[in-house]
Amino acid sequence: MSGVIAVFKRELASYFATPIAYVFILIFLIVSAWFTFFYGGFYQAGQADLAAFFYWHPFLYLLLVPALSMRLWAEERKSGSIELLMTLPLETWQAVAGKYLAAWAFVGVAVALTFPVWITVNYLGEPDNGVIFAAYLGSILMAGGFMAVGACVSAATKNQVIAFIVSVVVCFVLLVPGLGVVQQVLTGIAPQWLVDGLTSLGPQEHFDYISKGVIDLRDIIYFALLIGVALYANTLVLELKKAD
Amino acid sequence: MIEVQGLTKEYGRFRAVDDLSFRVAPGEVLGFLGPNGAGKTTTMRIVAGFLPPTAGRVLVSGFDIETQAVEAKRRIGYLPEGAPSYPEMTPRSFLEFIADARGMSPAARRQRLDEVFQLLHLESVLHQNIDTLSKGYRRRVGLAQALLHDPEVLILDEPTDGLDPNQKHEVRELIGRIAKSKIIVISTHLLEEVEAVCNRAIIIARGKILADDTPRGLEARSRFHNAVSLKLSNPELIPDARNAIKLLPEVASTELDEKNGRITAFPAPGKLPLAPINALAERQRWPLSELHLESGRLDEVFRSITGGAAA
Repeated sequence: MSGVIAVFKRELASYFATPIAYVFILIFLIVSAWFTFFYGGFYQAGQADLAAFFYWHPFLYLLLVPALSMRLWAEERKSGSIELLMTLPLETWQAVAGKYLAAWAFVGVAVALTFPVWITVNYLGEPDNGVIFAAYLGSILMAGGFMAVGACVSAATKNQVIAFIVSVVVCFVLLVPGLGVVQQVLTGIAPQWLVDGLTSLGPQEHFDYISKGVIDLRDIIYFALLIGVALYANTLVLELKKAD
Repeated sequence: MIEVQGLTKEYGRFRAVDDLSFRVAPGEVLGFLGPNGAGKTTTMRIVAGFLPPTAGRVLVSGFDIETQAVEAKRRIGYLPEGAPSYPEMTPRSFLEFIADARGMSPAARRQRLDEVFQLLHLESVLHQNIDTLSKGYRRRVGLAQALLHDPEVLILDEPTDGLDPNQKHEVRELIGRIAKSKIIVISTHLLEEVEAVCNRAIIIARGKILADDTPRGLEARSRFHNAVSLKLSNPELIPDARNAIKLLPEVASTELDEKNGRITAFPAPGKLPLAPINALAERQRWPLSELHLESGRLDEVFRSITGGAAA
């Protein structure tokens, strides 16, 4: 465990040692607020909830999480520091977990810094804070799922741009079947069981349930599995191609 | 003890390391020599546990680098080629991370950090980002990282590459000082480095061991070993002197360096031509400006051993 903590601490500190952290947090806050108030119809809806705020999170993460995850392993490969990391007395999974948790925790910090939105809605009305709490949980799980996918992709290349593009595409493919528009199209051309199956493979449906305040174990398990499988694949990819 | 048994590494159809076997005992400083692309770095990466071998195995203090990787890696200090580190960190935070990842206790960490800072003269740059440091300092940060846990085994891939002559000298002194109780494997293509720090040298090319000897033993393979070089201050005497030397029974052949007028006499097998040449020169009253015994030239041995193999 001390190995995971050492990697976690180093990794998290490195975000704040470079402009990455500040740029990411700033953009996340600005864009999420902008979507909420201008496109989400936060005021027009006239309801004291944060549905308009959380609705946009999957789309934000689609671009912003790969922007963070792309450097996780590709940068280590490029600079050669992966050789250093992999010859320390750590198991590969410890390095994978430490780096992943740091990146996830960092997104967690960015999400937590959206608290003024929560204060605003409590000032304006009397929202169901339980639902808001659940939605925050769903949002962070969603980011965690994308981050794990992105980490795995990043482990396969030394080129951060490739890591970014491939991660966005993979996350998009995961996200697409859960979108309302796509479902309408699919329902017309595919049998219902296929549509349902595809939908529950993607994170959107599970995110929707959780963010409505329904914390079902199945949805939590879905995200745990998504993260677990992606990180396991991440470890395998590293073991298989450490050198190039 | 490092034991390397039948080590082979293939990249596709290319065989980078071909059935290498050797052992290194405590107190040995092994220089790994070879032309570029000979398989030095690949071998070191396998021994350090970064790359898995295609066949064969490596035991570090009895621990298999593949199946008991963590135990083996605890005993190794490794400086990868190019001394990579994390550019956005300071030497202090970087070395603290290494200490934590190696599971050092807070007390041991504090003590060892101070020791390696002093040993490698890093005090003045501890709070500067690594990417702002000169190549020499970065290399020393890499060395500090390898030495931090006072390992039994040190594997250093080109430890003095990019250092100026003073820094090279310092690093070699340092290796000499810590060598007694440790196993040290360094790769280099600087032959003077082998003479300066190693007590054993392995020459590899195309992934195979071509020579495994002490630096002295390698020098003895040189055709210059026990040869005698001399220079005369009067160049007109050179042709006669050369002929006279050639007639000595201890001399097999002579060569003349046209550029600087130096005559080199190569010994007949098992003979030592220095004394007879010296006596001859006194008899003939040659105005000698230089007369010396060659111990053998490592670069020449290196070229003749690897010559056929240089890709």
